[in-house]
Amino acid sequence: MNTPLWEVFVRPRRGLSHTHVGSLHAADAETALRNARDVYTRRQEGVSIWVVPAAALTASSPDEKDAFFEPAGDKVYRHPTFYQVPDGAGHI
Amino acid sequence: MYGNDFGDNQSLLDQVADAERALHEAAQARREPGEGADQAYFDEIVSAEQKIEPRDWMPEAYRKTLIRQIAQHAHSEIIGMQPEGNWISRAPSLKRKAILLAKVQDEAGHGLYLYSAAETLGISRDELVEMLIDGRQKYSSIFNYPTLSWADVGAIGWLVDGAAIVNQVPLCRCSYGPYARAMIRVCKEESFHQRQGFEILMTLAHGTPEQRAMAQDAVDRWWYPSLAMFGPPDGDSTHSERSMAWKIKRFSNDDLRQRFVDMCVQQASVLDLRIPDPDLRFDEELGHHAYTQPDYDELMQVIKGNGPCNRQRIAHRRRAHEDGAWVREAAAAYATKTTETQQEAVAA
Repeated sequence: MNTPLWEVFVRPRRGLSHTHVGSLHAADAETALRNARDVYTRRQEGVSIWVVPAAALTASSPDEKDAFFEPAGDKVYRHPTFYQVPDGAGHI
Repeated sequence: MYGNDFGDNQSLLDQVADAERALHEAAQARREPGEGADQAYFDEIVSAEQKIEPRDWMPEAYRKTLIRQIAQHAHSEIIGMQPEGNWISRAPSLKRKAILLAKVQDEAGHGLYLYSAAETLGISRDELVEMLIDGRQKYSSIFNYPTLSWADVGAIGWLVDGAAIVNQVPLCRCSYGPYARAMIRVCKEESFHQRQGFEILMTLAHGTPEQRAMAQDAVDRWWYPSLAMFGPPDGDSTHSERSMAWKIKRFSNDDLRQRFVDMCVQQASVLDLRIPDPDLRFDEELGHHAYTQPDYDELMQVIKGNGPCNRQRIAHRRRAHEDGAWVREAAAAYATKTTETQQEAVAA
């Protein structure tokens, strides 16, 4: 019997985003949430937990990584450091 | 300070913090994109101290080695719950009981972090559990020794967890990302285990003559098996060289064992307990302690299944797994039923 795999995301404190911390097995979402509490927050590591069925995740493939992310590669003008700011121009 | 003074005079927790910082810094260092799926790419990432991640290309032998090592590590955490769990109901006070309970829960947690890391390599939890109870995968031989007195709980924390930390701190820098991250978490929590053991022994060693004798007896029995935890001597170690090249392993068995001995000698003097080795002495020339090696024939026997508790440990694990089958089945049936009810509600 294969118990479904869940990916666990924890928000450490108010103001921070949820971060992936690991995975676990559970029959349903409610159980996954309780197990996640016991496995990943025994020392108050979180104030909020998400559990997501691992089967529901779609991931980009590392083999196609170069082509997939290539469009952003030649657009250095998207970074503020691309621009020259003359001395004396303030607040920019 | 406990767990202090090895090598560069850093505490174990500082070394874990350093490893964590290195992991974040390596992630910041941008690499020029190259071809993404061959040996050259893998070698380049490993030599740049960057991490290999689950879906990256990796040599098949690297994957197999990691599955074997991480699984063995996870199994050790799970089986390790038994010798200590033995004392939960007999702890001498409510405080000690609550602490021991938390510690044994941590061991379960560590096992689960590690199973989760192993599963990223493409092996299922069910297979891992089966391989443990069928004896196809191993766990640390140390857990095949019995816990005869309350002082053993102290000796396990101080010596066994101490040796485990010395072994595990370098693994925080392992080249496989999920394993390195799990180890950072484990090591931080493990530090509490070592200190609680030290405190138990400290209390006993400064208690009544009977308590003191009990503490000494525990140290006498756990010393050599703890030394054996670092594995066979370097000359006989089968997987070491390749694991070093892959940056799974960072130090040799004998180097780590030496580090552990040096650390313990100082701590034993604080405890005022004797390490059961008449030949233990500081070698000025080496700058390290000379010590008696553990009995490696005994280690091999215990690994082969002939230790004092091997059969008991596996039988217990198998029983727990089989007795839990109805719970897993009921949970699965409930999940199916709930999903169906929801689907019907949506359809209606």
